[in-house]
Amino acid sequence: MNFLPVLKEALNSIAANRMRSFLTILGIIIGVGAVIALLAIGQGAQASIAGEIESIGTNVLYVMPGNLMEDITNPQKLTLSDVSNLSNRARAPHIARVAPVIFSSTTITYGSDTLSTNVTGSTPDIQQILNLEIQEGSFFTESQQSSRASVIVIGPRAAERLTGKSSGIVGTVLRINGHPFRVIGVTKPKGGNQFSSPDFMIYMPISSMQMRVKSSAGSEEVDYIIVQAQDSQSMSLAIQETREIMRSSHRLTPRQPDDFTITNQEDFLSIANSITQVLTILLSGIGGISLLVGGIGIMNMMLVTVTERTREIGLRKALGARKSDILLQFLTESALLSLIGGVIGIAFGWGLSSLVGLIAANSGAPLAPVIGANSILLATLFSAAVGVFFGWYPAQRAANLQPVEALRYE
Amino acid sequence: MEKHNTEQPVIYIRDLYKSYYIGEIEVPALRGVDLEVYPGEIVAIMGPSGSGKSTLMNMVGCLDSPTAGEYRLEGQLVSELVDDELALVRNEKIGFVFQKYNLLPRATALENVELPLRYSRDPSRMRERSSNALERVGLADRMLHKPNELSGGQQQRVAIARAIVNEPAIILADEPTGNLDSKSGQEIMDLLIELNKRIGTTVVIVTHDSNIASQTQRIVHLWDGLIVDHLEEA
Ligand SMILES: Nc1ncnc2c1ncn2[C@@H]1O[C@H](COP(=O)(O)OP(=O)(O)O)[C@@H](O)[C@H]1O
Ligand SMILES: [Mg+2]
Repeated sequence: MNFLPVLKEALNSIAANRMRSFLTILGIIIGVGAVIALLAIGQGAQASIAGEIESIGTNVLYVMPGNLMEDITNPQKLTLSDVSNLSNRARAPHIARVAPVIFSSTTITYGSDTLSTNVTGSTPDIQQILNLEIQEGSFFTESQQSSRASVIVIGPRAAERLTGKSSGIVGTVLRINGHPFRVIGVTKPKGGNQFSSPDFMIYMPISSMQMRVKSSAGSEEVDYIIVQAQDSQSMSLAIQETREIMRSSHRLTPRQPDDFTITNQEDFLSIANSITQVLTILLSGIGGISLLVGGIGIMNMMLVTVTERTREIGLRKALGARKSDILLQFLTESALLSLIGGVIGIAFGWGLSSLVGLIAANSGAPLAPVIGANSILLATLFSAAVGVFFGWYPAQRAANLQPVEALRYE
Repeated sequence: MEKHNTEQPVIYIRDLYKSYYIGEIEVPALRGVDLEVYPGEIVAIMGPSGSGKSTLMNMVGCLDSPTAGEYRLEGQLVSELVDDELALVRNEKIGFVFQKYNLLPRATALENVELPLRYSRDPSRMRERSSNALERVGLADRMLHKPNELSGGQQQRVAIARAIVNEPAIILADEPTGNLDSKSGQEIMDLLIELNKRIGTTVVIVTHDSNIASQTQRIVHLWDGLIVDHLEEA
């Protein structure tokens, strides 16, 4: 039997009950839409996170206060003396550079414009460690560091957002916490869609930061320490040296656990991956449940349809339709119904994720949602399969109707 | 009728029983029916309501299987066939005309007539054969009309076109004029008689109307599940 008229009939029948069909597939639309949107945002976020982690720099490790793996009652804060201990070349031959970091999210003002962004206070070494290139002006120097100069180096996008200019920014005076700071350098754009992109970052001497932006921190305390190894081969030795120096710097006895944590890029990556994995499982769960609910809706509607069309089924059988013909007809209808839901759902999900992308871009955390061909294919196949699965029972019921009984049905 | 005895009958029924069961209770509808219909005959089946006319038609049309007895359609023992084989027999050998037309409301006249061909083993030249059938019933100018754009008589003519499109051995019409006024009813009757004469299709008509019945070659009277001599019945 030719399939084309079957398809046409199924379409006609769906179109004849437009409202009812639409309400029936709403579950599928929402389910598929949500999964497509979340997948797209998730993949976009994953790309951002991966980009951000890569921008952390190579051969770099981070020392943070505290240790989540151990029961530490009173972890010591990280201090500038830890930094100078780590900087001792004789004790740490595999460490190339060390930089303390104080970190703060603040509001920057330029005239009447404001921008909320992150400020990093550190030493000039951070430029090499983070591989920050300068497109205009220069990075701050040791002497500006020791004189606590009110100078900043600004990310290009933060600069553009505040001043509206993309060049000629050096010399501009911005206010942070009411204090005036002079821009002495603009970093080159690093691109990417990072949440806290370096292109939005502001760098200043740690001494100026302690005095004018984050005075609560005290003059010794730092938020974390960045250590750069000589090269990638010496990473594990650098980690070992960092750990030994930190332990002695914190005067820990051999029986005391570390009261600090050393992480590197790979650790961040594996954390990000495991978060993504959890997200994926969660999404599959949501998708599965909504498709189940949608499928039950389709089954319900198909049962109603079969009952309504009992006489028609009887007639078709009288005219020579076999069981398999009737089965095919109703399966086609339910699969098509679900497929239409899936396709609308894909469009809906696409719209939703674009909207999220737009909102993210406007709120300064650019995120490009990624709708992969595989997620479209998967959604299409899945929704058709749901239609076939949940349409099976009603179609089977239609196919098994006795012609005489069906023709007598009022 | 003597001349038929040398021919093979289209319909050959011997001692046919059919009972319905409502729970445990047996409702006998046919109680040992013998019937023979020969090629080219046009026969009326009459009888009071509930006498088993529709039940008999359903058996003849292979829509239902008898409880007991023998039924041969063109020599083939159909009382022993399974569902899909019966579907094939219905498709190729029988054309149904129902009291309520039973047209698909969303399909055009042409698509309605095509329907049996879609389930056929030979779906070739579907359009052409269907429009020929519609021409034959005088609806050449109504092919693309939907049923609700046609009068009752016209709808029944579409149903007749659908019944003849596959060139069946018999047309079974269960009260085909039951829903029509007498003028349209007579037109349908004329059409069935003409098809019988011109193509030689065997026609079996169930009717209440003795005027309709009198236009056939032979009247079979059913009474309480049995075929009776019409003199007795009167
Ligand atoms: N599906 C059925 N279930 C139970 N009884 C039925 C069924 N169909 C017909 N009957 C009974 O069988 C008898 C014959 O019915 P039917 O063949 O429809 O008569 P007619 O067509 O002559 O009016 C009636 O008594 C009717 O009630
Ligand atoms: Mg009847």
